[in-house]
Amino acid sequence: MFDPYTGADVAGGVDPARITAAHRGLEPPRFCTQCGRRMIVQIAPDGWWARCSRHGTVDSVSTEQR
Amino acid sequence: MTHAPARADILDLARDQVLRRGVGLDRDQTLEVLQLPDDRLEDLLTLAHDVRMAWCGPEVEVEGIISLKTGGCPEDCHFCSQSGLFASPVRAAWLDIPSLVEAAKQTAKTGATEFCIVAAVRGPDARLMAQVAAGVEAIRNEVDIQVACSLGMLTQEQVDQLAAMGVHRYNHNLETAKSFFPQVVTTHTWDERWDTLRMVRDAGMEVCCGGILGMGETLAQRAEFAADLAALEPDEVPLNFLNPRPGTPFGDLELMPASDALRAVAAFRLALPRTILRFAGGRELTLGDLGAKQGILGGINAVIVGNYLTTLGRPAESDLDLLGELKMPIKALGESI
Repeated sequence: MFDPYTGADVAGGVDPARITAAHRGLEPPRFCTQCGRRMIVQIAPDGWWARCSRHGTVDSVSTEQR
Repeated sequence: MTHAPARADILDLARDQVLRRGVGLDRDQTLEVLQLPDDRLEDLLTLAHDVRMAWCGPEVEVEGIISLKTGGCPEDCHFCSQSGLFASPVRAAWLDIPSLVEAAKQTAKTGATEFCIVAAVRGPDARLMAQVAAGVEAIRNEVDIQVACSLGMLTQEQVDQLAAMGVHRYNHNLETAKSFFPQVVTTHTWDERWDTLRMVRDAGMEVCCGGILGMGETLAQRAEFAADLAALEPDEVPLNFLNPRPGTPFGDLELMPASDALRAVAAFRLALPRTILRFAGGRELTLGDLGAKQGILGGINAVIVGNYLTTLGRPAESDLDLLGELKMPIKALGESI
């Protein structure tokens, strides 16, 4: 398991040291939670999507975030 | 024994000069406002609001923005996560035309009258200009909204092409005071940016030019920046507050204190009494919900609703509800502030 905002490996329960903006829900995910790769992210006025080359796409609708 | 004449209080002076006569504060006067103590902040915000209402009216201009080309920029703007020169997690991406049109439609649904297409580039190449041309045409065919662009530094030919496409307004931020710019960007100059703005103005497009506060500039440089903008006479000034981006040279800077941000909003309004003054990126972090309300009651008369280019904003509904609560009408299409 990888932190979506920092890419840190959090499998061992390590604190990923997220930035304030992530804590406040103002960041889209940047890293794939399954493999830790950087994702391609596109933000729109009303949502976002993020694509991992290995594990596909997540978006603000499927994750119920903005 | 003789006494020096008592110095006029800066807010009394501004009430006469700016509120009554519509003459913006100069650089030294703006600095005096930026140096006001916290116990004068409420009076300052009230005056800035009165100035906005007197010279701009109650309408608020709403805008949405979208990144057409994200990341991979060759420039080194030290605040920006889209520079290809820094170890930022932002990856390069291009948006397709159907997605661009969909974003414009979603923006228009909020009541917004402006939709700004942004690309992270030094300046547009032929491929980007072609994509912009196709995007602007598709939006104009399907969505009732004015299209703005922000594509970096332009040649005269590109300025003319954008004007011919029907681009209503062009954004190109000076970002900060001329004296501080070399600490923020080293790959191009403040004067190069100014040259683009002059060409945009001469071509008849509206000029949108602002910057980012809280990048380490002094109060004197913040006042200098307001004076620089006043000299440019832009139609719109977007005010951003630094949101430190991981991996950038400014990634470890502290957030600007909320009181300083509000003082700056009011000071810029007093320096630019007739300009559209827009709340842009970083306000959610720097000011929070309460600060957003104070800013809109302290000189702001335009907002970017929804998300930004690489970060998320408040839901559009939050801002629209706030404007409703404050009884501030959203500017209608074709209306000028």
